Amino acid sequence: MTEPGEIPLEAPREAPREAPLEAPGTRLGRLRATAWRAWDSDILYSFLRSPVTILAAVVALTLVAASLAAPMIAPTNPFALETVDLMAAFTPPVWMEGGSWDYVLGTDDQGRDLLSAILYGMRISLFVGVASVLFAMVLGVGLGLLAGYAGGWIDGLLMRIADVQISFPAILIALLIDGVARGLLPREVHHEVAIWVIIFAIGAPGWVQYARTVRGSTMVEKNREYVMAAHIMGVHPVVIALRHVLPNAMGPVLVIATIHLAIAVITEATLSFLGVGLPPTEPSLGTLIRIGNDFLFSGEWWITLFPGVALVLLVLSVNLLGDWLRDALNPKLR
Amino acid sequence: MAEPLLSVRDLRVTFPTRRGVLTAVDGVSFDIMPGEILGVVGESGAGKSQTGAAIIGLLEPPGRIASGTIHLEGERIDRLSPDKLRRIRGRRIGAVFQDPLTSLNPLYTIGRQLTETMRTHLDLSEAQARDRAVALLGEVGIPAPADRLDAYPHQFSGGMRQRVVIALALCANPRLIIADEPTTALDVSIQAQITALLKRLCREHDTAVLLITHDMGVIAETADRVAVLYGGRLAEVGPVDAVVNRPLHPYTEGLMACIPTTHDRPPRLAQIEGSMPSLRAMPAGCAFHPRCPHAFNRCVAERPPLFDHPPSAAACWLWAPEGARAAPRERTAS
Amino acid sequence: MSEEPRPGVILADDGTEVLVRLRGLTKHFDVSPPLLARLLEGKRRRVLKAVDGLDLDIARGRTTALVGESGCGKSTVARMLVTLYEPTAGDLVFEGSDIGRLRDRRALAPIRRRMQMIFQDPFASLNPRWRVGRIIAEPIRAHGLMDDAGAIRRRVSELLEHVGLRAHDADRFPHEFSGGQRQRLSIARALASSPHFLVCDEPTSALDVSVQAQILNLLRDLQRELGLTYLVITHDLAVVRFMADTIGVMYLGRLCEVAPADALFARPRHPYTRLLIETVPDLRAPDRDRKPMAGEVPSPLDPPPGCAFHTRCPWAAARCARERPALLPHGGPGAVACHAVEEGRLPAPGG
Repeated sequence: MTEPGEIPLEAPREAPREAPLEAPGTRLGRLRATAWRAWDSDILYSFLRSPVTILAAVVALTLVAASLAAPMIAPTNPFALETVDLMAAFTPPVWMEGGSWDYVLGTDDQGRDLLSAILYGMRISLFVGVASVLFAMVLGVGLGLLAGYAGGWIDGLLMRIADVQISFPAILIALLIDGVARGLLPREVHHEVAIWVIIFAIGAPGWVQYARTVRGSTMVEKNREYVMAAHIMGVHPVVIALRHVLPNAMGPVLVIATIHLAIAVITEATLSFLGVGLPPTEPSLGTLIRIGNDFLFSGEWWITLFPGVALVLLVLSVNLLGDWLRDALNPKLR
Repeated sequence: MAEPLLSVRDLRVTFPTRRGVLTAVDGVSFDIMPGEILGVVGESGAGKSQTGAAIIGLLEPPGRIASGTIHLEGERIDRLSPDKLRRIRGRRIGAVFQDPLTSLNPLYTIGRQLTETMRTHLDLSEAQARDRAVALLGEVGIPAPADRLDAYPHQFSGGMRQRVVIALALCANPRLIIADEPTTALDVSIQAQITALLKRLCREHDTAVLLITHDMGVIAETADRVAVLYGGRLAEVGPVDAVVNRPLHPYTEGLMACIPTTHDRPPRLAQIEGSMPSLRAMPAGCAFHPRCPHAFNRCVAERPPLFDHPPSAAACWLWAPEGARAAPRERTAS
Repeated sequence: MSEEPRPGVILADDGTEVLVRLRGLTKHFDVSPPLLARLLEGKRRRVLKAVDGLDLDIARGRTTALVGESGCGKSTVARMLVTLYEPTAGDLVFEGSDIGRLRDRRALAPIRRRMQMIFQDPFASLNPRWRVGRIIAEPIRAHGLMDDAGAIRRRVSELLEHVGLRAHDADRFPHEFSGGQRQRLSIARALASSPHFLVCDEPTSALDVSVQAQILNLLRDLQRELGLTYLVITHDLAVVRFMADTIGVMYLGRLCEVAPADALFARPRHPYTRLLIETVPDLRAPDRDRKPMAGEVPSPLDPPPGCAFHTRCPWAAARCARERPALLPHGGPGAVACHAVEEGRLPAPGG
């Protein structure tokens, strides 16, 4: 224990390589320098060195692109009732007996094409996930910046609220919000706004993590000398907080947001699986899994399996990307 | 002449990075005689800390000794297993670092740290070790050492902590202490106390010291000989008085001239133009030639070896023996 | 530099113009434990007297330095001067107006334009995400000195070249520069609003000696060219010797001695000043058997009564532990706060 083994001796400081073809002052020159920095960056390097990350990125990008392009690439529109053929209900996947190329992954109990339903469902899952992450991020970053920068009783109050909030599981809060919304809103209105209620219910408990992280880095940054220099110049404190402190405190937020996206997608799926999420007319992956779950033991396993696989692939690839991003941005682990 | 205690020959320390191999220490050779204080001086990035770390086997990965030899009392220690090196550290080489807090375990009392280190290396009973710890703490100037034995590191001031670290380095009676910037983190009046203490203890215990620092003043008052490093290479080595007052190498000359003193107030300080080259852009030939007022063709083309010019030696073509270059020139050593 | 009408110019006794006058300047920090801990555990309120009644005149166009060891309050003085901290008590007069209690941003703006600060850590004093051009233009924009983007760009180029960098460095980011170059950037930013007064807080203590020489030379050249007034805050006596015309030595929030630089180094009067100067290792005349000053700086939370230095002073008497000495001329150039000097019982310096 008294061995000085843990003592970091100053490692040689690496000077950055200069960008080639320096064309100072011109827009093109700046662009070129920025492009060089991106190409030369450690992040890209660590990305290219990790096959798992590359695979995860490919999978995630494919799934996102496919769900975005769903109206163009999906064989049918599962929401258009006129295209749904009840006679085709419970068609198995194409490689099984009774399968058809019209329904590559088979159909559900109402004869909807599963592949199309998955593409559209993923679209909804991703939309809910991204929107609730954005909501939590804006709320959390804003409150974290306020707490860290203002300090004093504002900081105390916000952090105590955060402490209380984090002692409840997020899913519980989401259920509570959803339940309250159902109770308060008339049925038709609730149907209309269900997706926004879900986004709020999933996003609201998420702010704490952003707020704590941003508060921490804000408290470090606000005592840095460049912030002091801005104070001495008489720059307005709000301007200092937004232009100086915030951009430098945002580093870890991207990592949290990526990992949070995976959690948000799972939370939405859980709520929908429990039947308190999105209505069956707008089926997300979770809704599809729930519908399929009813038929799991009657032999129509594909109705629940394929949406499940899609969900796992999506969440796993996003999560892996988040893990890699965290490691890549953390100089201590490099 | 007596056998040197420590003998470093042609030491090269490299850091393989993704952009190529950085050579932090490049062909450094020196000897330390028993009981001698050798100062190693240089600016940041000169490789002085890496030299010290290489000797005690505490190079931070990916740093490694690429070539060269290190002998301690005739035994080669640069190829030892980590386990054997650990036994040498503490027992035969003690270490004192810049920040005393990193050398002390905050969870253990200083008495426990001292006695455990002693009992690891020496055959002592618990009671004997405690007695010796009290004696050592008294020797390094801790008031009421018997009472302070059960105190934790945070209960000491910075100066007192550095005294504890020195006691820890000395506790197994090593023949050599490596002190890396031991006074840099301390106040001026405390710095003087610590250097005086280090000097006195080494005289009394006949311990040699490798004193690594950027502060020429500390070297001038403490060391017997000094090695000046530049860009990972040895620029000059010799007795302190000769190196300070009759420097051979133009870098040493510039370095000595640009240090302000409290004796006079010149209208301008002498300055060495430019800055130390980065490790990945080391110039060909002599590393100092781009900044050297005396540089000529050979300096650009060929790296100078160490030329003996008693009592010092310098790696500079200006000091090549007569006939080594076409036009020998007169040099004025200030 | 535009010279504006300056009402209420203060003149010192020797006729030099006083740019900044501090009288009884005091800063206390409340470092009490949280309210709950005080109520539950009966802990007391604690006040850190970082600066405790400081009197100092800073002459226009000259360099004044504050020296002292960590915790002596020199950085707190600097921060009060540049309006980062509000003084607890005392007067802070800058170019004729008392700015100590001025908190309104608009009223402070014209004053802030005329003072700037250079910081210690060249790696923390520049926003890492901003390009150099934007960093240096920040004071120009903050004070609304120029509107035209082309004019600002020309001014930035001019400033960069003034501090020894190249105009096209404006397009680079701070991390592309070495420590010394960053300190030059910091100086360029400080000069952008054409200030009269620069506070330099340990301007070179993070730099290598060869770079230190470049920066110190640059600061003195700029002073000569632009007629700047400097307050240099440092613990390094050699830097002070090179930079300062007048020196104030601080110990635990108070001034022990103020004197013209030559007099202070030739004939230091306060025991602390003497010991401090003797303690500095000297390259040219190394004293290999010097006796270091005994003891350590006491905690500023709990400073000794009377003269704060009496616990380490070899000439301390009973009166020193009781009575706080006042900063008085006692016949010499400058002023010194020491009973032993007043009573004439100090041996001659060096003896």
